[in-house]
Amino acid sequence: MSLTILNAIIAVVAAIAFAAVNAAYLVWAERRGAGRIQRRPGPNVNGPFGLLQPPADGIKLMAKQLVIPGGADKALFMVAPVLAMVPAIMSFVTIPFSENIVARSMNIGVLMIFSFASLGAMAILLAGWGSRNKYGVMASVRAVSQNISYEIPMLITVITIVMMTGSMDLEQLVAAQAGGIWNWNLIPSLSSPLMPVSFLIFFICSLAETNRAPFDLGEAESELVAGFHTEYGSMGFGLFFMAEYANIVIGASLITILFLGGWDCPLGLFPGVWWFLLKIYLLIFSFIWIRWTFPRTTIYGLLNLSWKILIPISLFNLLLTAGLLKVF
Amino acid sequence: MGAYFSEIFLGLKSLAIGLGITFREFFKPVVTVPYPYKTLKMCERYRGHIELVENEEGTPKCIACGMCQRACPSGCISLASKSVAYEVEVKGEMKTKKKKVLTKYDLNFTTCSLCGQCIESCNFDAIVFSKEYNLASSRKEDFHFDLLNRLKERNS
Repeated sequence: MSLTILNAIIAVVAAIAFAAVNAAYLVWAERRGAGRIQRRPGPNVNGPFGLLQPPADGIKLMAKQLVIPGGADKALFMVAPVLAMVPAIMSFVTIPFSENIVARSMNIGVLMIFSFASLGAMAILLAGWGSRNKYGVMASVRAVSQNISYEIPMLITVITIVMMTGSMDLEQLVAAQAGGIWNWNLIPSLSSPLMPVSFLIFFICSLAETNRAPFDLGEAESELVAGFHTEYGSMGFGLFFMAEYANIVIGASLITILFLGGWDCPLGLFPGVWWFLLKIYLLIFSFIWIRWTFPRTTIYGLLNLSWKILIPISLFNLLLTAGLLKVF
Repeated sequence: MGAYFSEIFLGLKSLAIGLGITFREFFKPVVTVPYPYKTLKMCERYRGHIELVENEEGTPKCIACGMCQRACPSGCISLASKSVAYEVEVKGEMKTKKKKVLTKYDLNFTTCSLCGQCIESCNFDAIVFSKEYNLASSRKEDFHFDLLNRLKERNS
């Protein structure tokens, strides 16, 4: 009994540590990447290549006073950042990094991750509502409508994959793609010829789900000050920031597991955790790359993209796959 | 229906072109200068505050005629001089002559408008615009420059 509790604690601590280190250093990577794309060096003063910038930022955020605005709903205001961070950490528990490295293997892993991911929208709503700030409320409304409309095509795409594999277990999803790039879900097969399209849909939806540019309407600086975290300073803001980057890692991990064969090598050689990490960091780089390339969409453009393009195409893909699975 | 798909296709194509541009920029060298550590050379016609010019002996070229002081519309230059006797050989015999030597040249930069009238009026090219731009202070006394002292510090 005590051993299982110890195991659970170790797993959660490891998940928190992985999420925190990733969040801190992805901020650094993001700023360096943004700098390179804009032909400037980015943070390079603290330590070699600016590698001490994340700890410096963290200490600064933790040392600051937590200000609760007058008239704010105190309980909601305090709960929201924690509620943003907790689902992100929890999702790490069930993500398999390789055959043996998984904190808690579940046969409904996919379902669990998506149910936790939808809690993220709740945190944004509470943050905007609780801080009694008109910018916050407007941003929350936008972010929630965005999250609702992008969860639909995302889940339809996931249903397509689950239908093909016949399992919601993340490890089995990877196992079904083992043995080289031609077995991956990304590559169109006889029963699912539109797989690259659903990969694209899932990729776009994960960008939107993590509230990142070009879908960062929840924190549109130019029109809504800082969006839902306008009133947050110190570590409250820090938690939202870490949650954003933790969600990016989860999004990249999910894309890797669902489409890119998890820890499988493209040529079927030496499968292992390094392939998984390589794939998620390549995906994260593309997230950063996209953020610093495209301007923000309008709210209409955003919702139109989801309801008029992504949902019909993903539904068509679902029907096509279902039909073809019966045939072949 | 055709328009629907062509719009999606063209949209995706334009996004790919955008990504291509930023990917190429990613590998190009940076164009910014890390300012406090490295600075760019100031351009030739930059107007900083005025500065005294020295002659070959390291003393100011200025003969303390006071033309700049009179030309200044803001009255921000104040200079003082003293007479110094010196001996010079004229037609084989030594003669004692007098000349003015600059003892004080103060510039009140708080009222200077950088019009350059002082430099225009100087017949001896004894003052120029400096290239100094790192000027920031919360006390106005810091902008009262003793140009004679600055010249000495430059030489030492």
